[in-house]
Amino acid sequence: MLESKIPQGPLADKWTHYKSKVPLVSPANKRRLDIIVIGTGLAGASAASSLAEMGYNVKTFCFQDSPRRAHSIAAQGGINAAKNYQNDGDSVYRLFYDTIKGGDYRSRESNVHRLAEVSSSIIDQCVAQGVPFAREYGGTLDNRSFGGVQVSRTFYARGQTGQQLLLGAYSALSRQIAKGGVKMYNRHEMLDIVKIDGKARGVIVRDLMTGKYERHFGHAVVLATGGYGNVFYLSTNAMASNVTAIWKAHKKGAMFGNPCFTQIHPTCIPVSGDYQSKLTLMSESLRNDGRIWVPKKKGDDRQPRDIPEDERDYYLERRYPAFGNLVPRDVASRAAKERCDEGFGVGPTKLAVYLDFKDAIKRLGQDVVSARYGNLFEMYEKITGDNPYSTPMRIYPAVHYTMGGLWVDYNLMTTVPGLYAIGECNFSDHGANRLGASALMQGLADGYFVLPYTIGEYLSNDIRTPAISTDHEAFEKAEKESKNRNDRLLNNNGSRSVESFHRDLGHIMWDNCGMARNIAGLTKAIGEIQSLKKEFWDKVRVPGRDNVLNPELEKAGRVADFIELGELMVRDALDRSESCGGHFREESQTDEGEAKRDDENFTFASAWDYQGEGTDPVRNKEKLEFEAVQLTQRSYK
Amino acid sequence: MADLNLTLKIWRQDGPTEPGGFKTYDISDLNTHMSFLEMLDVLNENLVNSGDEPVAFDHDCREGICGMCSMVINGRPHGPLEGTTTCQLHMRHFNDGDTVTIEPWRAKPFPVLKDLIVDRTPFDRIIQAGGFVSVNTGSAPDGNAIPIGKDISDDAFDAAACIGCGACVAACKNASANLFTAAKISQLALLPQGQTERVERVIGMVKQMDEEGFGHCTNTGACEAECPKEISVDYIRKMNWEFHSANVKG
Repeated sequence: MLESKIPQGPLADKWTHYKSKVPLVSPANKRRLDIIVIGTGLAGASAASSLAEMGYNVKTFCFQDSPRRAHSIAAQGGINAAKNYQNDGDSVYRLFYDTIKGGDYRSRESNVHRLAEVSSSIIDQCVAQGVPFAREYGGTLDNRSFGGVQVSRTFYARGQTGQQLLLGAYSALSRQIAKGGVKMYNRHEMLDIVKIDGKARGVIVRDLMTGKYERHFGHAVVLATGGYGNVFYLSTNAMASNVTAIWKAHKKGAMFGNPCFTQIHPTCIPVSGDYQSKLTLMSESLRNDGRIWVPKKKGDDRQPRDIPEDERDYYLERRYPAFGNLVPRDVASRAAKERCDEGFGVGPTKLAVYLDFKDAIKRLGQDVVSARYGNLFEMYEKITGDNPYSTPMRIYPAVHYTMGGLWVDYNLMTTVPGLYAIGECNFSDHGANRLGASALMQGLADGYFVLPYTIGEYLSNDIRTPAISTDHEAFEKAEKESKNRNDRLLNNNGSRSVESFHRDLGHIMWDNCGMARNIAGLTKAIGEIQSLKKEFWDKVRVPGRDNVLNPELEKAGRVADFIELGELMVRDALDRSESCGGHFREESQTDEGEAKRDDENFTFASAWDYQGEGTDPVRNKEKLEFEAVQLTQRSYK
Repeated sequence: MADLNLTLKIWRQDGPTEPGGFKTYDISDLNTHMSFLEMLDVLNENLVNSGDEPVAFDHDCREGICGMCSMVINGRPHGPLEGTTTCQLHMRHFNDGDTVTIEPWRAKPFPVLKDLIVDRTPFDRIIQAGGFVSVNTGSAPDGNAIPIGKDISDDAFDAAACIGCGACVAACKNASANLFTAAKISQLALLPQGQTERVERVIGMVKQMDEEGFGHCTNTGACEAECPKEISVDYIRKMNWEFHSANVKG
């Protein structure tokens, strides 16, 4: 029943053949086709602008005050591409291989190969838009290396690569808005998908300023709504990043792929108190020059500078001599947790390790270190009050990215015909662990170079469909459901704030479905989440009204969806009794404490099918076939 | 980590056409490691728990990069620290017993929508008037085809670092958007990719800026002083040069 629609032929030729065979839509017909794009991050903005350039009518929605605010903007480190500008042996195959291996062999070969193939064009496109990438003195593009690889293929713009790439995509989007190809709706939140005759035909959105519900028709709907890491309450995501759009799509029939695959990023500023609203990432690029260590002695309370060299445990260099501090994120995160669990953690909470630049400053000089990481050091100092030039940073892992998302086929279409998911909100390319600098690559690959082709396969069969009136009963029903739900929230007269429920959910998820998971904790978590859901609908208090800007109401809807998603994540984590990538089941580890896969039973992507309120969801499998790579125990030693 | 007690004077306004005014709130036992917005979160949770409407404010990434947060704190856009957005400001920079005044951006082209939230869509329209390079997806040459000197690329980056928050407008007594507009014009004028449309761009963007009702540059440099990304007023000089030479050429 799950059709991945992978094209025939050798892996390296699939995409080329596909592109030359995919049905086209003529320019005259493109003008008659409407496409809705939800979200304006890297994936959404690049897709909306590219589709409009091709001649489609595009309507784009974001909940922020401007499309330029999407959370892609916060990505720091860089974007990968198989350019081999550094002459260090890089190639499309190597980028493909590193990504498959980094994802612990739980992604689809054909998609990942396509991603590696189009990576080079992304850099070209961004340079042409005026993205000021870092350059060498000779004027050529500079590269840095990132975790999990042995080449330098990461392009960057100081520590603000996401910002510069997003502003590039935003500029392309702005050009199309000015030309009339894209109609932009700021401060609008998608509340539901509208299906007619089994196909996605539109959306219900709420104008956040007026509270008005609106109906919008599209021949196809593209979701580009990012990740759902905020299910953990504390994460590096922006405050309003949420799961609502894809969760509503899931409840309308789009299967959810690998919901439990979560990336815990190793280098974040540790939690400092209960009031904390979010966690701040310190870019992985810091691991190029910073060295991670803890004291060799348990509970060593000395200042870091007073601990002599031979009393420090550079545990990543010790355990993984081949990759050292540049092991992939999941490995680095678990290693930090292991040291802290054993009692070697540092700082007031003992839930932190040191990231030290002393040797880098000695080797390169403070000026060079400052040129590379100056803005990150400043950010660290603003938040903690400590100066990383003179004292090591304290870091701890935090939720950062979700590899899971809506299941999509090779065309990036979900199991609802005409409904697409691109960027972080789909499950496709990163398997069980994403490599650094690959999120920006995937978002822009999907939006600029993949979806604009693949959507033609569907729309070429839809050229005779006239625009459907939004008076259609399906629109009316969906709008009424959205409105009723908000009315229920507002009239609940409960006693607890939305925030308090979100915080509770976060604790359940982090404790039981975080860096380490086991059968007892996961089983317990399902019950806890179900009780939390019941209590939410009994006791939540949402102040204000529906017909005005009401941030508490927006948050309430999002948290209600997070609670339901949380249960699905836990079910998926329970179902997958192997360890792989960021999914670490304590029952499945090697003698050295590394994640142990069970290829015989789990070489598949899970795809969960919603069965309605109160009924357990059904797990389908997409079996993963590997032709080009051989499955091995991942080793970075 | 001493606890902090503050008196907050916050601008409350129900809608764009409603009258607004200051309301005073006391808040106690704050942790000095909190961020300013986390302090407002605490206030809002208290307000919700006591059945009041929370204070509406724009915020999202809380890492100083999305440009969403926008409040005037004790008379200064983004508060007392240089080169810092509101979300990156921490309570350790305040003293126990302080009274803190919090207002929205004040500028005619940025009408207040609710409480501390203003409408900044004029900035989007300025970008739509030319803040781009007209290059369709798929038509780009190789990224290394045109070498760009490191100094030029770095200079373009310094301009491109603008987060579009609007503090420059809020800081300017004329509510001028010169720094915002100049930053984008300069970024693209510096790079070879921006040359083809250089003339139309500066003319279009400056025209849009004027139509939105932003005022003239005061030449006092308040915008640079309050810019959380420390964008230099030097780019305004560059924009003026671009504008005048475009008019000569045009």
